[in-house]
Amino acid sequence: MRFILRRLGFYLIAFWASITLNFLLPRFMPGDPVSRMFARSQDRMQPEQIEALRKLLGVDDRPLWAQYIDYMHNIFTGQMGVSISRFPTPVTEVISSQIGWTLLLGGTALVIAAVVGNLLGILAAWRRGGAIDSALPPVLVFIGSFPYFWLAMGALYLFGVVLGWFPIRHAFTDGLEPAFTWEFIGDVGAHLVLPALTIVLVSIGGWMLGMRNTMIATNSEDYITMAEAKGLRPGRIMLRYAARNAMLPSVTSFGMGLGFVVGGALLTEVVFAYPGVGYQLLNAVQGLDYPLMQGLFLTITAAVLLANFLVDILYVRLDPRVRSN
Amino acid sequence: MTTALLKQPTPTPVRKPNRSFVHGLITNKKALTGMAVMIIFIALALLAPILFPGDPSRITAMASLEPSAEHWLGTTAKGQDVLALTVHGSRSSLFVGLTVGLASTFIGILVGLASAYFGKFIDEALSLVTNVFLLLPGLPLLVILAAFLPPGLGTVILVLVVTGWAGSARVLRSQALSIRSKDFVAAAVVSGERAGRIMFREILPNMASIVMGTLLACVIYGIGAQAGLEFLGLGDVSTVSWGNNLFWAGNEGALLTGSWWVFVPSGVCIALVAFALALINYAVDEVTNPRLRKIKTPKSTPANTERSAAK
Repeated sequence: MRFILRRLGFYLIAFWASITLNFLLPRFMPGDPVSRMFARSQDRMQPEQIEALRKLLGVDDRPLWAQYIDYMHNIFTGQMGVSISRFPTPVTEVISSQIGWTLLLGGTALVIAAVVGNLLGILAAWRRGGAIDSALPPVLVFIGSFPYFWLAMGALYLFGVVLGWFPIRHAFTDGLEPAFTWEFIGDVGAHLVLPALTIVLVSIGGWMLGMRNTMIATNSEDYITMAEAKGLRPGRIMLRYAARNAMLPSVTSFGMGLGFVVGGALLTEVVFAYPGVGYQLLNAVQGLDYPLMQGLFLTITAAVLLANFLVDILYVRLDPRVRSN
Repeated sequence: MTTALLKQPTPTPVRKPNRSFVHGLITNKKALTGMAVMIIFIALALLAPILFPGDPSRITAMASLEPSAEHWLGTTAKGQDVLALTVHGSRSSLFVGLTVGLASTFIGILVGLASAYFGKFIDEALSLVTNVFLLLPGLPLLVILAAFLPPGLGTVILVLVVTGWAGSARVLRSQALSIRSKDFVAAAVVSGERAGRIMFREILPNMASIVMGTLLACVIYGIGAQAGLEFLGLGDVSTVSWGNNLFWAGNEGALLTGSWWVFVPSGVCIALVAFALALINYAVDEVTNPRLRKIKTPKSTPANTERSAAK
């Protein structure tokens, strides 16, 4: 319990730091964001909105601490203002309509990569020097060396443009009404294949090598020799004895991966114009939509911190050594 | 060839205790391959102004030409020579990667050493800051920072160092901690050596291999992250670099018009450099961590006996 409270305290500090960063950035950066935004938006913004924006971004003349208190108040009451590029939709509404797509894309890719990668790692370490162990890692490391947005471009070109097997942009076909019908789900699935595939391809090597290296360490433990001496089936020793104990680092990576789900699919989302929070963040940046930008960054950070905290709690259950520290 | 010659005196896989780190590296196939690739790229970057004199982004030919004898890698939708853009692009990409790598590793060394050496409150505070930076989502933070700062090479480097140093600090801290607890450090402390001297003369030299590994990882991060940032159009789009080449390729619809030759070269170059650095990194791991190199006595599975004996 003490461990969990300590971690909770840490995550609260981390969250406070990111909120404060979010507060300070527009105030200390060169140029006045509101004027820039006003110049860009032309007639769409009313004077009172500009006033409200100045308040929100703190470019008004009040002292910094007063702005800071206001800002904190707004954050904790969920008032993130109104999006400029999608005026007059509130920022929270824009984000909530898009985070689902990001979770779908990133979650699918993460689960597939982690499951397949760890299995490959287990097999590679178990048959050290075997076919999987000698052939796959270099290939996967090489694939993992490509910038993943570039792999996404390649997949889009090859399977989307040249072969025409999969749709190349958006999360579902334009004009299709979102509903829980087989037609719609199938359409979403087809749109998901290429973006998810590229993320899986790039990240699978890391999972495999991580698992392989821990497995090699566990394989030389005495209890494995003991299990072998008892004449247990190799498959049982591999999965129940060796792999089970080598899983812990993978659990940590899974937590980090959960964080990556929300923020990391950004480039893939951009290549495929996939309507998630990453794609939206870039649009907000390009459209100088500061309220949306800040809201998105806070949402992504909060999601990353929450995912990591959940994994910490899980970790305490899995590894008793953490509790004693 | 050289590996075979050098290996001959020690045909048995037994590791001699006095075999040095450098010798281990230059007899390692992975390290040699990686270094060869890096030397080629560095040579290309240095020779770029001689090989392709003048501004590589000027328009010299018809638009969207396929690769031919005249334009080996074809031309862009604007009519620029792709080969010239790719070779010149290596300059900015390698420079940023190396600068970011050196700077993040340097900060990592300072933070890690101070954390491990002083311990107590300083360690708590530095570790807190490091962990917060590790947790902040890197790519979204990169995008936000790049959006607020004026575009330029300096901004890109600054942004990448700010988001990239924490990982190296954590790795170096844990290594420094284990050396900090060794007797020779205690002896140095007792004999009244100054803190700076103990950190940089006693502890740091014993971390050489992990510092090198961290540096390589940071350079890979720098090159990849710069490419990502520029691909999003958040770098300085007027300079020629691999990331900007990919940005323009996407912007000019190279994918949809089927001009694969415009976006393939820069991506392959980034991957080759990253792969070469990763190879050197793995080689460093293998040389310094015998457990990864030594093959365990054959298990009950028959598949690996033959291969492991050959190794």
